[in-house]
Amino acid sequence: MTTNIDFTLAELMIVAASEAWRGDGELLASGLGVIPRLGASLAKLTHSPGLLMTDSEAFLVEEPIPLGPRGDYKPKYAGYMPFERVFECVWGGRRHAMIGPTQVDRWGQTNLSCVGEYAKPRSAMLGVRGLPGNSINHINSLFVPSHSRRVFVEGEVDMVSGVGFKPERWNEGECSDLMEIRIVVTDLCVMDFDGPSRAARVRSLHPGVSFAEVQEKTGFPLIAALDMGETALPTADQLAVIRKLDPHDLRATAIKGNPPGIRAAA
Amino acid sequence: MDKRMNAADVVGALRDGMTIGFGGWGPRRKPMAIVREILRSPVKNLTVVAYGGPEVGMLCAAGKVKKLIFGFATLDAIPLEPYYRKAREAGELKELMELDEGMFQWGLRAAGMRLPFLPTRSGIATDVVRLNPELRTIRSPYDDGEVLIAMPALKLDVALLHVNVADRLGNTLVTGPDPYFDHLFARAAEKCYVSAERVEERLELDAASARYNTFERYLVSGVVHAPFGAHPTSCPSDYGWDMTHFKRYSSSAAEEGGWQAYVDEFVAPGEAAYQERNGGTARLATLPLPVF
Repeated sequence: MTTNIDFTLAELMIVAASEAWRGDGELLASGLGVIPRLGASLAKLTHSPGLLMTDSEAFLVEEPIPLGPRGDYKPKYAGYMPFERVFECVWGGRRHAMIGPTQVDRWGQTNLSCVGEYAKPRSAMLGVRGLPGNSINHINSLFVPSHSRRVFVEGEVDMVSGVGFKPERWNEGECSDLMEIRIVVTDLCVMDFDGPSRAARVRSLHPGVSFAEVQEKTGFPLIAALDMGETALPTADQLAVIRKLDPHDLRATAIKGNPPGIRAAA
Repeated sequence: MDKRMNAADVVGALRDGMTIGFGGWGPRRKPMAIVREILRSPVKNLTVVAYGGPEVGMLCAAGKVKKLIFGFATLDAIPLEPYYRKAREAGELKELMELDEGMFQWGLRAAGMRLPFLPTRSGIATDVVRLNPELRTIRSPYDDGEVLIAMPALKLDVALLHVNVADRLGNTLVTGPDPYFDHLFARAAEKCYVSAERVEERLELDAASARYNTFERYLVSGVVHAPFGAHPTSCPSDYGWDMTHFKRYSSSAAEEGGWQAYVDEFVAPGEAAYQERNGGTARLATLPLPVF
């Protein structure tokens, strides 16, 4: 495929992330981190205007707020959404968040707590935060800026912070019907857990990436979606929206080395 | 009625082994002047209950934490709380109750409502239940029969909060955009002590300002006048967090004797010296509110 438009991998991933929210209608879209937030904002400004978003603090806005120092820009608030109301929203299920966990396993379980043995971890991270409640109550998508076996682990994640599809983790009577993992956006591909028996599946490969490379960098077996193709490239219109949403180019620091969207031939 | 006291009086009311809740959220509106007073005191073996920020790291570094009940510990702009991390990775925090953020507020709410527990789906099918064997489940007595976690009440001996404005009677105002869960901490506690940027004789407000009051004064046992008492955390709408200080604090964790040096410089000399060493009140008053 040829294109006249220059774009970075980060911009490709923002567009891929925005697709997570397509068709969601009216719910709270929470993109945590630069690329997920720009993805949610792009979704709202293009294909999914019904989404609700916040100023990342306590107020709802109908116009997504550009990232970083605001200059003359004044947010226009449409409502109120402090943490307490976010919990009410989470437990009511009207939210789709995209978060970046430290580990993800073959069952879609996620870890944000610690790596290594729990009592004396090799690396203590944030703690489970809202993952247990978010993951069981509403739609979640995942963002992985550096696709590797360190993130996509071979066995189970070290501390299951967010629920997944491992049957042994669910006891009789526990409700697994309200959870959904929509997509996983990485620097190599877009995946989901919609294969047979919830197997991890590659839906699209970023330009220049092979399925073999993705499999090589993933600790568990992947399958290719029947219609697996290339991740959609950003359009000029989408790039213009992204530039407006990110006037300080914070997206340039989101992926190591800020590589171009189409890999140079090896 | 006059509930004014100083931070030393508050800490004088604390006992070894108490369960203490800290209001605020991460690096936001933490009762840091009182925390520094705790650091200067011999109080120990505390069960710390918090949406954790630097108070968790500092109390860990000072060896005062017996048990930590938390959903996270972070400085936000510096994602990993340096001394929490150090304590965890050294295996020093033996008693941990790591909870989903929502379960945590549910536990405070149960305590405030004098209920033994509140049911929740959050935490099911995660390691939160495996690692906290004291958490029990309950089956819905209705036809659905769903199995839920019975989140136990998180009863506090003491809650410590920092607010923008208080009066001598214990009326309080939180003027920042988000009240966090301070009201639930106040309700969950036997005693609640509040430090405040400004303490007035008696609040006499218009209706719009009165809505900044998030809990009743009968919950408040004491009021401490502590200007810049949340520093280095933010106190919206008065001042933002201090990244310069956070960086200094954070890098001290990587230095040999770093904690003792931090204590010597910022904690031991008292609040007046603390403010001076952070650039004085003129600088503190103009710390910009963070933009997200």
